Amino acid sequence: MTVPVEYVIALSGVLFVLGVLGVLVRRNAIVMFMSVELMLNAANLAFIAFARARLALSGQVFVFFVIAVAAAEVAVGLALLVSIFRSRHSIDVDQVSSLKG
Amino acid sequence: MDAATAFRMAPLVIVFPLLALLSNLVLGQRLGLRLAGWLASAAVGFAFLVSVLQFFALQVQPGGTTLELAEWISIGSLQVPWAFKLDSLSVTMMLMVTGVSTLIHIYAIGYMRADVRFQGDPSRYRRFFVYFSLFVISMMVLVVGDSFLTLFVGWEGVGLCSYLLIGFWYEKGPGGIGNAMAGRKAFVVNRIGDLGFLIAMFLAFWHFGSLRFEQVFLKAEAMGPAAVGAATAITLALLVGATGKSAQLPLFVWLPDAMAGPTPVSALIHAATMVTAGIYMIARNAVLFDLAPISSGAVALVGALTALFGASIAVAQFDIKRVLAYSTISQLGFMIAAVGMGAYVAGMFHLVTHAFFKALLFLSAGSVIQGIENGHPVSHSQEHLDPNDMRTMGGLRSRMPVTFAGYLIGGLALSGIPPLAGFFSKDEILTDAWQTHPVVFGLLSVAGALTAFYTGRQLWMVFAGRPRSESAAQARENPPLMRVPLLALAALSLGGGLINFPGLHPLGTFLQWSLEHAHLTEFDPAVAGLSTGLALLGLGTAAWAYGRRPLTVEQPEPVGGGLWIALHRKWWVDELYDRLIVRPFITLSAILAERIDGRFLHDWVHDTLLARGFSRTAGWLALGFDLRVIDGAGNALGQLIRRAALRLRALQTGYVRNYAISFFVGLVLMVGYLLLR
Repeated sequence: MTVPVEYVIALSGVLFVLGVLGVLVRRNAIVMFMSVELMLNAANLAFIAFARARLALSGQVFVFFVIAVAAAEVAVGLALLVSIFRSRHSIDVDQVSSLKG
Repeated sequence: MDAATAFRMAPLVIVFPLLALLSNLVLGQRLGLRLAGWLASAAVGFAFLVSVLQFFALQVQPGGTTLELAEWISIGSLQVPWAFKLDSLSVTMMLMVTGVSTLIHIYAIGYMRADVRFQGDPSRYRRFFVYFSLFVISMMVLVVGDSFLTLFVGWEGVGLCSYLLIGFWYEKGPGGIGNAMAGRKAFVVNRIGDLGFLIAMFLAFWHFGSLRFEQVFLKAEAMGPAAVGAATAITLALLVGATGKSAQLPLFVWLPDAMAGPTPVSALIHAATMVTAGIYMIARNAVLFDLAPISSGAVALVGALTALFGASIAVAQFDIKRVLAYSTISQLGFMIAAVGMGAYVAGMFHLVTHAFFKALLFLSAGSVIQGIENGHPVSHSQEHLDPNDMRTMGGLRSRMPVTFAGYLIGGLALSGIPPLAGFFSKDEILTDAWQTHPVVFGLLSVAGALTAFYTGRQLWMVFAGRPRSESAAQARENPPLMRVPLLALAALSLGGGLINFPGLHPLGTFLQWSLEHAHLTEFDPAVAGLSTGLALLGLGTAAWAYGRRPLTVEQPEPVGGGLWIALHRKWWVDELYDRLIVRPFITLSAILAERIDGRFLHDWVHDTLLARGFSRTAGWLALGFDLRVIDGAGNALGQLIRRAALRLRALQTGYVRNYAISFFVGLVLMVGYLLLR
C-alpha cells in the first residue's frame, strides 16, 4: 500500500508550520531548539517523499546530510545553552538580549 | 740648422716660461726663495735666446712663416687654429719683450726679496714669479698669435696678470683696500677697451669671413675701395681696444693707479711690454688702417692729445712712480700718434727704445724707493714714511751713484737728448708728423718740451741738493743683483738709437719684411734741432725752478699757481669720471637695488604678489576648499552613516524572536517572489 505523496507533503508542511510557530512563540530555548529540529525534519520528510515518488536517490542523500549537520548543530547549540544557563541560571531567550544595538 | 727648423722651435718661447710656472706652482716652497726667482728668470732668458734664433731664421727667410700647432675652433667657415705668425713684426716684439723681461726678472729677484720682507710676507715671493711667468706666456701668445682671437687670448691674459700684479699687495694701500681697488679699476677700464676689440673681431668676421690676419688682409686688399667702410668700422673699434690697453684718452685712468703694484711690475707690464700691445695691434692691422684714413687720423689725434695730456699731468705729481706712469701714458701717445700717421717703423722704434729707457727709469725708481726704505729703519724716526714722495728725497746722487747714473741716462733718453735712444725714435715720429700732420707735430712738440721739464724736475728733486728726510739721508745703494740690470738697460738706452740709425734703418728694413707699407723716415736736421732745443729748454726750466731752492713737503710749488693745481689734480679727470660715470652708476645701481630689486621685485613682486598671493591662495585652499569641501565630504559621509546607524540600531533588538520573525518574513517574501514571478 502506498501513501500518496500529497499526504506526506501536507504532513511535512504541518510539521514545518508547527516548528515555525514554536520558534516564534516559545521563549524556552530548548523548546525553540526542538522546534528548529522539527522544521529540519519536516524538510527531511519532504525530501524523502519526493525521493520516493520520483525514485531518485539524491533526496535521500540530502536527508543524510541534513541529519549530520543537525547533529553537529545540536552539539554546538546545546553547549551554548549550557553556557548561557551557567551564567544566567535561566534559558529564557528574552533575557538574553545583550546583543541589542 | 735651416730656417724652417728654427721656426719650428718658436713654441719654446711659451714652453720655457710654462715649465717655470708649473715647477714654481707645483714644487712650491720646496724650491726655496732664491731658486723660484732664478727659475723664472732663466726661463725668460731661454725664451729670449729662442727669439734671437727666430731673428736669424728671418734673415734667411724674410717672409717668415705661419706655424700651425693645433686645431682650436672649427665651426663652419670659422676656422681658428692655434698658430704662430712669425714675421719681422712679431719677432721684434718677441725680442723686446723677452729681452727686457729677462733683465726685469733678474732685478725682481733682488727687489722682491727685499720687498716681501719689508711688507712682512716672504711666502708671496713665489707667487710673484708665477704671475710673472704667466705674464710672459700671455704676452708671447699676444705677439705671435696669427688671428684676432689668439691675439685676444694673450690680450686678456696680460690683462689678467696686470690685475693680479697691481693687486699683488691687495691688503695694502689706502684704507687697506687701495691696491685691490686699483687692480679692479684697471680690470674694469680694460674691459671697456676689450669690448671695442671684440666688436672689431665680430666685424672682421662679418665682413671678411675670417679671423686670421692673413686672410682678412688679403680679402680687404682684394676688395679695395669696397672694404673702406668695413675697415673704418673695424679700425675705430680697434682704436677703442688700443685706448684701453695702451692707456690712451679717454681710458688712461687705470695706468696711474696701476703703480700700486710692485715696481718690477710697473716696469715690465705697465711701461715696457703690456701697454705697448695696443701699438703692436695697430701695427699688425696696418693693412686695415691704411684702408681707413679716417680711423688713422683719429688714432694719430688721440695719440697726440694723450701725449700732451699725460705729459702735462706728469709735471705736477710728487709720487716718483706716478710721474713715470703719466710719462708712460704720454710716450704711448707718441707711439699711437706715429702708427696713426702710418709711421709704423717710427712707432715700433719708439716702442722698443721706450721699453729700454722706461724700464730703466722704473727700475731706478724702484731702486730709489728701496734705498729710502732701507734707510728708514736706520733713522728710527717716527715720521710717516711715503717712500714714493719725491719731496722727501734729495741728495741721493752721492748715496746711490749707480741708481743715479741709471736714472740720468733713462731721463735724458726720455727727454730726447742726442745721442741717446729716445732722441732718435722721438725724432723719427716728429719728422713724420712734420711731413704729414702739422697739428700732431705741434701737440707732440709741446709734449716733448714738457717731457724734458718733468724729467728734469724729477732728477733735481730726487738726486740733487741735500736729503730732505732722515730716510733719504740714510739711503743706501742696493745689492748688485739689482744694479746689473740697471747697467744693462742703461747701455741699451744709450745705444738703442743704433737699431734704427738714420740713413741705415736696420729696424725699418727689417720691419718692411712684414709691413709692406711702412716707410723709412729720413733724418731732418731742422726737426731734430727744434726737438733738441725744446728738450734742453724743458730741462733748463726744470733746473731753474727746482735746482735753486729744493722743495719740501710743506712748501708750495714754485711755478704755476692755478694751472699747477689743475695739473696736480690731473685735470680732475678722475673726479670727472667719478661724477659722470662712477657715481651715476652707483646711483643707478642703488636705484636698481633698492627700488627695482628691493621694493619692486622683492617687496612687491616677491612679498606682495607671490608670497601674499600664495598664502592667500593656500589659505583659501586650506580653509575654503580643504576644510569645507574635502573635509566636509568626509564628515558628511560620516554623519550619514552615523544617522543611518542610529536608525538601524533599533532593528537590533537582541531578541531572538524578532530575528526569527524577520528571517521568516524574508523567507516568505523570497518564496512569494519566486512563486509569483
